[in-house]
Amino acid sequence: MSLLTDDVKKIAHLARVGINEENVASYAQDLSAMLDLMVQMEELNTDGVIPMSHPLDPTQRLRPDKITETNQRDKFQTLASQTEAGLYLVPKVLD
Amino acid sequence: MHNKTITELAQSLRANDISSVELTQIYFDRIKQYGSLNSYITVTEKQALADAHAADKRLKAGNAPILTGIPLAQKDIFCTEGIKTSCGSKMLDNFIAPYNATVIEKFNAAGAVMLGKLNMDEFAMGSSNETSFYGHVQNPWDNNTVAGGSSGGSAAAVAARLAVATTGTDTGGSIRQPASFCGITGLKPTYGRVSRYGMIAYASSLDQGGTMTRSAEDSAILLQVMAGFDEKDSTSANKIVPDYSKNLNQSLKGLKIGLPKEFFSEDLNVDIAATLLAAIDEYKKLGAEIKEISMPMLKYAIPAYYVIASAECSANLSRFDGVRYGYRCDNPEDLNDLYTRSRGEAFGAEVKRRILMGTYALSAGYYDAYYIKAQKTRRLIAEDFKKTLNEVDVLMGPVTPSTAFGIGEKTNDPIQMYLADIYTIAINLAGLPAMSIPTGFIDKKPVGLQIIGNYFEEAQLLNVAHQYQQVTDWHQQIPKGY
Repeated sequence: MSLLTDDVKKIAHLARVGINEENVASYAQDLSAMLDLMVQMEELNTDGVIPMSHPLDPTQRLRPDKITETNQRDKFQTLASQTEAGLYLVPKVLD
Repeated sequence: MHNKTITELAQSLRANDISSVELTQIYFDRIKQYGSLNSYITVTEKQALADAHAADKRLKAGNAPILTGIPLAQKDIFCTEGIKTSCGSKMLDNFIAPYNATVIEKFNAAGAVMLGKLNMDEFAMGSSNETSFYGHVQNPWDNNTVAGGSSGGSAAAVAARLAVATTGTDTGGSIRQPASFCGITGLKPTYGRVSRYGMIAYASSLDQGGTMTRSAEDSAILLQVMAGFDEKDSTSANKIVPDYSKNLNQSLKGLKIGLPKEFFSEDLNVDIAATLLAAIDEYKKLGAEIKEISMPMLKYAIPAYYVIASAECSANLSRFDGVRYGYRCDNPEDLNDLYTRSRGEAFGAEVKRRILMGTYALSAGYYDAYYIKAQKTRRLIAEDFKKTLNEVDVLMGPVTPSTAFGIGEKTNDPIQMYLADIYTIAINLAGLPAMSIPTGFIDKKPVGLQIIGNYFEEAQLLNVAHQYQQVTDWHQQIPKGY
């Protein structure tokens, strides 16, 4: 199975990962090679097998509905490149 | 002093032969002297000396835990409050973690001194430490070869005696493979044994923190501190933590060792095979029984792993958006440009490859064919292991298909790099504990033996490794010049 450069551009857009135009072809080649590796699984009969998402198959643990976190907004916002009045700043979304 | 084990150093500190401040200074001098290895990303000298001073006071007061005043170093994937936590990426080059990982909290409580943060492949994606934003790590046994990855800095620092012991993380072999390449003892515990809280996520159903040490004895001491249930990690295992040092000296008489024939096929390098068989002979002398077994599902581990790990990585790394923390591009035109360019400029090629692969595997129309298929395959692989571990106590085999390869040798062929993970990744898919211990050299480069145990049987693994290290001295070899 091979991916075309247009496929790579579409996936890169979905993932919001910028890729330089000159590298698109090499990503297409690498991803196609990865997919060739993955098709090996097709020869394996997995009918009726339950997909495994966790090695120990546990049930999700619940906890009492109690507040355990304190608000540390000011501390966390020191990590952001642009904040104002307790808000994160991004380019204008609506005109 | 830098060749002493943790137990010996703990005795020296208590006998006043040396103070923690002096010991810590010895390590900082060494870190500077061997800086060209590039094993550290950040050195925390001021904080470490203050902590060493506090440790000396605690030692004088008596009742200090064994790690008090012992200089360790942490893989730069564990969040450390007030200290840069880069995960080997340009994305987090400016990130000062606002909290400590549970593992870090535990080492702090145990009185350990942290020398600094260790180099690694970017977001733990890589097998050679060459994907790090901070450059590759040199292997102390041969500076022209890689230290392995992703915990390359952790392995090189232990081999070169630039820390008494270090931590690593293992998603597909990232503790065991660099341990093998650098001739040290690496332990990846059972999934859920060590808290993942504050350990920057790559593939959450596979990631597990562990130890990188010079011996199994040291590993038992570190794991004792790291292991245990953590409410802050929803996948943490609520199981009692045994005394890992207690059974180290137990006899191996009657131990059943399984050798999967798929691990010893003709694809395995003949010199590595010979080295491993010599190690297995030692186990026979120690009273172990050897049984050849077959695990036909192993060959599907690589495709299943690279679908699952990529899918989980694409989801996990979506949090790096250039808005709340981490790298942000200059002058974004709009919000989409801010996301796309920040991520495009700050992620390296390997991370991008895996995000793209994962995004594809999870996208509509391909989800069942790739992701669900891989999860089903994963179950068959895990069942293969469970069945086998009902018949034998541990499994043994190679860690890597070759010894440490040359720097730059595989960077242009990612698939070749992936295929080299053949012996380690199935263990992560199953979630089992496994170790790499040094068992010899080929052309002066270390070779590791992999020992795989049953779920939560780390104590047995450590016992099996320790007994071998009582009758051999491969783990005591030091690279020339260090």
